[in-house]
Amino acid sequence: MSAPDPIKSRNSPKAAREAAPRPDKAGPGERQNHRKAARQFLDSPEHAKSHDTRVWAMRQRRDTAAETIDEWEALRDLASQIKTHALTHLDDYLEQFADNAAANGVHVHWAGDAADHNRIVHEIFKDHGVKKVIKSKSMLMEECGFRHYMEGVGIDIVETDLGERIQQLDAEDPSHVVVPSVHKMRSDVAEVFSKTIGSDPDNDDAYYLTEQQRQHTRPLILDADAGMTGANFAVAETGGFVVCTNEGNADLSANVPDLHVASIGIEKIVPKRSDMGVFIRLLSRSALGSPITQYTSHFRSPKPGGEMHIVLVDNGRSKRLGQERFWSSLKCIRCGACMNTCPVFRRSGGLSYGATYTGPLGLILDPSIDAYRYSNLPFASTLNGSCTNVCPVKINIHEQIFEWRKVLAEDDQIPWTKRKTLAAAGEVLANPKSYRTAVKSAHSALKYLPGWAIYNKLNAWGQVRDFPDVPAEGTFHDWYKKNRMPADAATQGDH
Amino acid sequence: MRGKNDILADIRRNKPGFAAPAPHVPYYDDDYPRDTDGLVERFVTTLEKMGGVWCAPTADETLEDTMRRVFAQREIEATALVSNVPEITGNRRLRAGDAARPLHDVDVAVLRARFGVAETGSVCFTERELIVNAIGYLAQHLIVLLDPRTIVTNLHRAYQRDDYQNARYTVFHTGPSATADIEGVLVRGAQGVRSLTIIPAHGSA
Repeated sequence: MSAPDPIKSRNSPKAAREAAPRPDKAGPGERQNHRKAARQFLDSPEHAKSHDTRVWAMRQRRDTAAETIDEWEALRDLASQIKTHALTHLDDYLEQFADNAAANGVHVHWAGDAADHNRIVHEIFKDHGVKKVIKSKSMLMEECGFRHYMEGVGIDIVETDLGERIQQLDAEDPSHVVVPSVHKMRSDVAEVFSKTIGSDPDNDDAYYLTEQQRQHTRPLILDADAGMTGANFAVAETGGFVVCTNEGNADLSANVPDLHVASIGIEKIVPKRSDMGVFIRLLSRSALGSPITQYTSHFRSPKPGGEMHIVLVDNGRSKRLGQERFWSSLKCIRCGACMNTCPVFRRSGGLSYGATYTGPLGLILDPSIDAYRYSNLPFASTLNGSCTNVCPVKINIHEQIFEWRKVLAEDDQIPWTKRKTLAAAGEVLANPKSYRTAVKSAHSALKYLPGWAIYNKLNAWGQVRDFPDVPAEGTFHDWYKKNRMPADAATQGDH
Repeated sequence: MRGKNDILADIRRNKPGFAAPAPHVPYYDDDYPRDTDGLVERFVTTLEKMGGVWCAPTADETLEDTMRRVFAQREIEATALVSNVPEITGNRRLRAGDAARPLHDVDVAVLRARFGVAETGSVCFTERELIVNAIGYLAQHLIVLLDPRTIVTNLHRAYQRDDYQNARYTVFHTGPSATADIEGVLVRGAQGVRSLTIIPAHGSA
C-alpha cells in the first residue's frame, strides 16, 4: 500500500465552530415554508456566508470557462436544439434506445412512477440475493425516495459520492444537484464523521476527512453485491449511456460488483453519439468551470460474466411533455448553474426548499411533482433572469417561474398573505398614477420609516436584505421626465 | 403499474405538436494546431490544470526508467504493479473476466490509452486496455502510455472516432479522482486513483 500524501493539519479551533443550521422541512401533506426555512439558515451567519461564497465561486469559474470558448453561445443553441429535436421525437428515440440496449445484452425495464422504479429494482435485487449496494449520485433516485424504500426492505445502500455520503450519514437531504453538502462547513463534516465513521472529532481538515471517508468506504465497495448509477445522457443510436463524475465513484459502483443497475429518466435521451460532444463540452464548464469531469464513462454492454439492467423512469415526465409552458424544462442536464447564480439560492441554502430539486431548477420542477407542497417555491425568486442567462440548454427558467405563479394562482394554491399583497400590488401596478404615487411614498418611506415598518413579517425579503438608498435624482420616472421626455408628452400614460 | 406501451402512448399523445429538426454540429477546431507538438502543448496545459502529470522520457531513459523516476518523485511504493502494456514488466497480470475484488491492493497500474483529447487533457480507454475495468479505479496510481500522434483536437473529434463501436465500456480519464465536496477544498484521490501520470510513448492500443 502506498503512503497517502502527507496530511497537513488545518483544523479550526473547536470554539470557533458554529452549529449546523437545520431548516424545517414540511411534513407529509404540508406546505414547505421556504421563507421560514431560509430564515433558519440565515440564523447561522458563518454558514450563510460560507455557502454564498462557495456557490458564487462556482458561478465565477463557470464564467471564466465559458469565456475561453469562442463558440460558447453557439453550443448553448445547439444543445437546446438537440434537446428540442429529441423531445419532439422522444417516443421514437426511446424505443430505439431500448432496442439497441437489449441488443447489447442489457435488460431494459420501464417504470411509470417512483413506486414502479423502486419495486422493479427491488425485484432485480431479490432475484440476485442482493443485500449490500453501492451507488453513485442520482437525482432521479432521490426523486423516487429510493434509499428510504430500500431501508424499509432491509437492503443496505451506501452512497459513494463524498458529498452525498456526508448527507446520508447525517440523515439529511442533498441541498444542491452537483455538490450535495455545499451548505455544510468542514466542522459539520468532522462532527458527522466522528459520530458515524469514527474520525477524530477535533480534526476538521478537508484532506483528513476525505481520506477518512475513502478508507471507510473502500471495504464497502469491495464487499457490495450490486452497484447502481444514474445517467447523464442516454444515446439512442448506440443504446449506451453516459455517466459523469469527478471521484470515479460511478465507475467503481458499476465495475466492481457483477451486477450493475442504472436508473435513467426518459428525458435523458439524445439521438446520436456525436451529440455528446456538445453536451460534454457544456456540462462541467457550466457546473464547476472545469473543461470536463475527471471521468466521463460510456456504458454499452455488461462486462464479461456481469449483468446490466436499465430502468427507464417516467415519473411525471410524459405528462410534463404535454404542458405547453413547461415542457422545455425537460431539457435540463442538472448542471446546477442556475442555482449557483441565483441570489435567493445563494442566500437561503438548498435545504430551505425542502425538495429534491432546489434553486431555480427546483422552482419549475417541484410544483409539477406536488403543487400544494411546493406552492411557495416559485416565489423564491427575484425574476432577475440570471438563471436563464447561464442555462446551457437555454431553458427560459425565469419565465417558467413566473408562469408557475400564474398556474398556482389559478389553482388557488397561493398562501393568504401572498395573495393579499399581490392583489394590492396588482391594483397599483395596473394604474400608472397610483403606481407613481406609491413609488414616491415608498421612497419617502424608505427615508423616514423605522426598520420595523420595512422589515415586517409580510415582507419575507426585507428580512434578509438591505434596501438600497434612495437615489438623489428621485425615481426613474422623475429622471426620465426631466432628461428625456418631450414636455408635451410628460403626462401621457397618467390617464 | 404503467409499462412500456403506456409510457410510449402518453409520450405520443403529449409531445409538442411540432417536429424540430436535428441541428448540424460543426467541429469547431479550426483554431487548433495541426501539428503533434502543438496539440501536445495544448493537451499538457489542460492535463496539468486537471491534476494530471506529463512526464516525457529523457534521451537516455527507457520507459521503465521514466516510470521509476515518477515513483521516486511522487514517493510511490509500487509493491503490487499491474502492467497491461508490453513495454513495462509488472508483477501482477490481468486476464479478461478476472474478478475485480482481488485488485484491491494494487498500488500502480500501467495502461496504454487509445487516444488523447487536447481540449480537455483526457485519455481514452476501453475494456480492451483496462482488461478488468475496475483496475482504472481500484489502483492507487495510474501510469498511462500515450502516443502523442493520437491526440485529437477536441471532444467533437473524439466522439467521431470508432473506438466505441464495439466496446462495452469506453471512458475518458482526465487527471486523477478528485473532490471538492468539503468546503470547496480540492482533494485528489477521492474514491479512485490518487495520481495519473502520462508518459508519451509511440505505440498503439
